[in-house]
Amino acid sequence: MMDLRELYQDIILDHGRHPRNFRTIEHPTHLAQGHNPLCGDRVTVYMSLDGDRIADVAFQGRGCAISTAAASLMTEVLRGKTVAEARALFNQFHARVTGGEGAALPETLEEEMDRLEPLTGVKAFPARVKCATLSWHALEAALKGGSPGTTVKTE
Amino acid sequence: MRPASLRSLSPAPGGFDPHALRREFPIFANNPDLVFLDSAASAQKPRAVIDRIADYYRTDYANVHRGVYRLSARSTELFEEAREKVRRFLNAADRSEIIFVRSTTEAINLVAQSWGPAFLKPGDEVLVSVLEHHSNIVPWQLLRDRIGIQLVVAPINTTGGLDVAGFADRLSPRTRLVAITHVANATGAVVPVEAVVQLAHKQGAKVLIDGSQAAPRLPVDVQALGCDFYAMTGHKVYGPTGIGVLYGRSELLSAMPPWQGGGEMILHVAFEKTEYQEPPHRFEAGTPNIAGAIGLGTALDFIEELGRENILEHEEALTGYGVDRLSRIPGLRLLGAGQRRLGILSFDLDGVHPHDLAQVLDQHHVAVRAGHHCAQPLMEWLGLSGTTRASLGVYNDERDIDALAAAITAGREMFAR
Repeated sequence: MMDLRELYQDIILDHGRHPRNFRTIEHPTHLAQGHNPLCGDRVTVYMSLDGDRIADVAFQGRGCAISTAAASLMTEVLRGKTVAEARALFNQFHARVTGGEGAALPETLEEEMDRLEPLTGVKAFPARVKCATLSWHALEAALKGGSPGTTVKTE
Repeated sequence: MRPASLRSLSPAPGGFDPHALRREFPIFANNPDLVFLDSAASAQKPRAVIDRIADYYRTDYANVHRGVYRLSARSTELFEEAREKVRRFLNAADRSEIIFVRSTTEAINLVAQSWGPAFLKPGDEVLVSVLEHHSNIVPWQLLRDRIGIQLVVAPINTTGGLDVAGFADRLSPRTRLVAITHVANATGAVVPVEAVVQLAHKQGAKVLIDGSQAAPRLPVDVQALGCDFYAMTGHKVYGPTGIGVLYGRSELLSAMPPWQGGGEMILHVAFEKTEYQEPPHRFEAGTPNIAGAIGLGTALDFIEELGRENILEHEEALTGYGVDRLSRIPGLRLLGAGQRRLGILSFDLDGVHPHDLAQVLDQHHVAVRAGHHCAQPLMEWLGLSGTTRASLGVYNDERDIDALAAAITAGREMFAR
């Protein structure tokens, strides 16, 4: 069996305990909720776009260490990115946590992807992949729908 | 039936040795490190049940209630013998009061869909409790949306037991059915169903009891309880999946319209008019889960041989040990179960999400359930999104609880802030 420390690396435990950007945004341009029906966890992702660029992104909710850390790290890497870059990162991230290889990323984004690398330990624990992707699915829903109140389920 | 008496495994007169009993469950030989504490989700199967199902297919299999040939007659006999075993298990007055269904869920849906529209009118009330599993909530909501009944919810008290006074308050002349659990799946709270039945009947309401968690743990006597319906499932009483039971009092079942239509449930079919069978066959359209019923019968033999009172004693003693052991873990809060808790230990560990904890427990080979346990309204009531739940079976002993406690402590250390 895989060592549990592969799943719960220090960076994940740290972000799980002390999530960054764990707040609301007063007047978000985009907002969506993610819901994992398996565990009842919920996350709300708030975003402020300035043109095509993510000026601010934050989240709130209740989740396990993995989903909290994933949301926290996501907000850190996404600030200042364009919508296209955010989508490229999600594609790559999704591929890696499910054990695949996504399309190659430009070098600037590779660095950001490295920061998300600790989360890819979930690929050995299939039941936990949804925890790592919940906030990203919510982000995608926010970008797609945009209208506040959109809820996405991890299915 | 069984090669050797299970009691021969027991060190104490009357009781049984749970650890020795593990030899009767092949899952433990094939998973030697397994600490299985998820029997409330589904119990493991004794060899007798596994073998009986295979033997039945090998030696006695044919469809039931159809053929005139001997093999079909034998199969029918075995199927009906299983029904008789269930009758004895629940102490129903008559075998015709035992309907084979797929699960507890299907049993409750049968009542909601057959008895409901036939005997309820808009404005009538169905009373449930906060403790219910989704399977004893959603069928009544579907019925509400279909025919306009009201769904009323009885509260729990601060200790997590049914608030009997609050329950009595919510009974009214419009209450036509009380649908309530016997043992709450999320907390192990034992509901005083005797009092519930008395109060409900005084108001003229019928009572359906969800016995999913009670049937494997408590002696159940539907006549002594006086309930009108009792639902249980096979896979939690050490039987196979896909088989469950609805008990219904004869006079109620006889007055109920068919639920599903098909073969088996008819007397005579013509395009102008079809005449239906009497219960129980009226409610068993199509070829039933014959092997499942026979396997369930063997599981009930297994339980009877261990002794219902012995099992209750075992569950009570181990539940007490678990409460004591877990309560001493700092930061651990057991969910209240009122005055009586049986076989289920549901808890919250400060600062550790149930899924993270369950992941650590799995690393220690401890199998538990984490989440809302299909009781989201109860979780909402308690202000929790979920809990970690350990539940007991006949094969568990103190060692399993000790392993659980050690693994929880390891999890606590890992996630401690």
